[in-house]
Amino acid sequence: MTELHHLTLAELNEGLRARRFSSVELARHFLARIERLNPALNALITVTPEYALAAARRADELLASGEAGALAGLPLIHKDIFCTDGVLTTCGSRMLSNFVAPYDATIVEKLSQSGVVMLGKANMDEFAMGSSNETSFYGPVKNPWDLKKVPGGSSGGSAASVAARLAPVATATDTGGSIRQPAALTGLTGLKPTYGRVSRYGMIAFASSLDQAGTMTITAKDAAMVLRDMAGFDPRDSTSVDTPVPDYVAGLDRPLAGLKIGLLKEFFESGLEESTAKLIREALQVYERLGAKLIEVSLPNLPLSVPTYYVVAPAECSSNLSRFDGVRFGYRCENPQGLEDLYMRSRGEGFGAEVKRRIMTGTYVLSAGYYDAYYLRAQKVRRLITDDFARAFQQVDVLMGPTSPTPAFDIGAKVDDPITMYLNDIYTIGANLAGLPAMSIPCGTVGGLPVGLQIIGPHFAEAKLLNVAHGYQNETLWHRDIPKGYA
Amino acid sequence: MMSWETVIGLEIHAQLATRSKIFSSAATAYGAAPNAQANLVDLGYPGVLPVLNREAVRMAVKFGLAIGAQISPRSIFARKNYFYPDLPKGYQISQYEKPVVEKGSMQILLEDGSVKVIGITRAHLEEDAGKSLHEDFQGASGIDLNRAGTPLLEIVSEPDMRSAKEAVAYLKKIHTLVRYLEICDGNMQEGSFRCDANVSVRPQGQEKFGTRCEIKNLNSFRYIEKAINYEVARQIEEIEAGRSIKQETRLFDPDKGETRSLRSKEEANDYRYFPDPDLLPVVIEKDFIEGVRGTLPELPDQKAGRYVEKFGLSAYDAGVLTASREMGDFYEAVLASLKSKNLEGNEKLAANWTMGELSAALNKDGVEITGTRIDAARLAGLLARIADKTISGKIAKEVFEAMWSDGVDADAIIEAKGLKVITDTGAIEKTIDEVMAANPKQLADYRSGKDKLFGFFVGQVMKVTGGKADPAQVNELLKKKLAG
Repeated sequence: MTELHHLTLAELNEGLRARRFSSVELARHFLARIERLNPALNALITVTPEYALAAARRADELLASGEAGALAGLPLIHKDIFCTDGVLTTCGSRMLSNFVAPYDATIVEKLSQSGVVMLGKANMDEFAMGSSNETSFYGPVKNPWDLKKVPGGSSGGSAASVAARLAPVATATDTGGSIRQPAALTGLTGLKPTYGRVSRYGMIAFASSLDQAGTMTITAKDAAMVLRDMAGFDPRDSTSVDTPVPDYVAGLDRPLAGLKIGLLKEFFESGLEESTAKLIREALQVYERLGAKLIEVSLPNLPLSVPTYYVVAPAECSSNLSRFDGVRFGYRCENPQGLEDLYMRSRGEGFGAEVKRRIMTGTYVLSAGYYDAYYLRAQKVRRLITDDFARAFQQVDVLMGPTSPTPAFDIGAKVDDPITMYLNDIYTIGANLAGLPAMSIPCGTVGGLPVGLQIIGPHFAEAKLLNVAHGYQNETLWHRDIPKGYA
Repeated sequence: MMSWETVIGLEIHAQLATRSKIFSSAATAYGAAPNAQANLVDLGYPGVLPVLNREAVRMAVKFGLAIGAQISPRSIFARKNYFYPDLPKGYQISQYEKPVVEKGSMQILLEDGSVKVIGITRAHLEEDAGKSLHEDFQGASGIDLNRAGTPLLEIVSEPDMRSAKEAVAYLKKIHTLVRYLEICDGNMQEGSFRCDANVSVRPQGQEKFGTRCEIKNLNSFRYIEKAINYEVARQIEEIEAGRSIKQETRLFDPDKGETRSLRSKEEANDYRYFPDPDLLPVVIEKDFIEGVRGTLPELPDQKAGRYVEKFGLSAYDAGVLTASREMGDFYEAVLASLKSKNLEGNEKLAANWTMGELSAALNKDGVEITGTRIDAARLAGLLARIADKTISGKIAKEVFEAMWSDGVDADAIIEAKGLKVITDTGAIEKTIDEVMAANPKQLADYRSGKDKLFGFFVGQVMKVTGGKADPAQVNELLKKKLAG
């Protein structure tokens, strides 16, 4: 029998509007699942049942009056990186373990206006720094496909929540792959929009020139619905772009015949497991059947993206995280003995090891005498990588390849080896450096663990990406798989 | 004895007179309750982002145009990273490699009357920090972030000044200019106009600069001169004693009149400047620049030039009258008022009175020209009586004093006190006759050839008339009468 949590966001929306169930019923259903399933998963840091039920009641009234927004009554979980007015906002850190945000992030505000019902806040790597959700002050998130495995990171809580159907959708953020990699590792559709497509206001900054908010959903259609109401210019974010938001849902069913797909040569070379490669090839065959053409393309500078990223992102983070000093908000050490002690102990005790590692790396690469060799050079390479992508998009409509070199790995397996952990982002970082929109969609499983196909498009080609992903999801059912024990 | 040359460069911080802050919508007004004018952006809350205030850019461009500088078509905001409790984000947003204004200059008038050009390397936009208050908190410190995020224009000169006097002259010119442009209120006490001085000395004739020290906390023209002179003497003394100058930041202590070391170069922060990824490059289009150019007022130097050329004033007087926009406006209002009375051609008279009696009275009362008790029209009323010879200059000073203290018009005072010049020939002749009659001996002596006694008779006539007789008429009539 089909239960509410088996439905996609689009299906739930239809049901709500057809009055087959109410928003309050939906909220209660998912809140009950959270209560029952979250303790083992650790996917949520905060659950907000009162907030949710109040919002659901309002949504029901609006649905009845016919004045409801596009997403009215639909349950959603926000990544705990987004400020939510009056609700604890931790960013996965001890530093903000007492921080009740005094305002809503722009996307939180926009989605509320559209009528979504927030159920709670998702666990995440501390300050979004991590690829396995093991750096959270609130403990690791478990992968619902196998509780011994990581769900990926940094949006691991968002991914585990939707994979376990604790909510039909979660917001997420992607600085180096933090939406796509966990989406791949948990069998979800993850969308990282173009840099500037979605406002960063109220999203706690990790690396400002790379951070972008997006969605973790069951289907591409669901992502299209949510993005439509999340995206758009925000006068409070100077880096958001003032370009119209298309109706992403309207373009989903365009035929894919003649689509030119670029296969990233570099992605199929180093480090990719054969079992994963095989699934990617099979997915490409599906596209060929739909009339797409496959063209191999090379991005010669792409292999430099990991070292480039690990200069740029830490540099920005070292500065962005300076505001956490124990003076105005957040964690403050006990009995500080003077200013320096206040700084050193508040930051020393408030931040975890990975965050400190990146602050130190970033401080180093920006220091006098090293700036040119590291930061400036990294910015130049970033430009080369961006140019590589631009050249590729003169030949092809989208680029495809794997999202992650392997399926989900064991909790604890890479936690002591930062370099190996960083290499997990090898396929995803390029899109961040170039500011491109990119998705991951499920395309099969290896040993019972999901594998993701990555699709990268030119700037502001979200509609095209969603159309391409939706075309595949019309032909396959991988995206409807629910991990055992969560159906 | 070796002779030393002083080298000075100034970094001026002018607080821009925008209504809201440079990156947030909070108000900038001075004097609010602590932290009442600091919003989430100013407090550096998690997730907030800066948005550039266009008005601050407009003001910076206005300044750039006024000093004949280049306006960068594309300038970049950078982060200057350091920890301090009154710096909420842990970095200050400033401009580093690409400032909005580059390569301008300013002329100053030296004491010998010659003109010197001071180069202005750059002017860049940045945000101010808050204030730390170390009293009244039982050993802890209080932080007031009202000032955090207030827009500043940092104006950096070339090391072109060679004495404290030149530095003060330059600083005053910039002070005058920013107020003319209405981009800064120039209030030094409230800190809206302040400056740091880079000072070094070198042997006269040497090309290479000496090691410089930066003096901070200079918030009055007097302090700057004192601080620089102290620092120059200190550096010369150090070098002559065989020691070397260490590059360091020094603080001026106005109570002791000396500078003292704050931190050495080694202790200085590594600010780790890098472009602020939250802000796009500032792109300034030609149209915008031309729009701003259209709003430029007549600049102080242009105005002074006009006074010299059209009114025949000295360069010095023109400089004094144009030192503030209000002073120039007052002076020109006096001229306009005289013109309406058909008394043109009295520009020098008006200049002398504005700079002389009026300025002295203002100084005595400690008020600005905007608070004057004799407005331009009333001063013109007095000058009109001098110009049409109703009263003498000497009497006019008496009238001025009465006007200042009683607030009455010149004519009323002249009338009430009967100060009008006596031009009635009959009346003067009558007085002369009386004087001659009262001094028969002197009259006889004069007539027997003692010409010098003429002055005696003039004095007597003036004395009897209370100084009101028209001196020219007295002279003429006396000569006739004395000759018999």
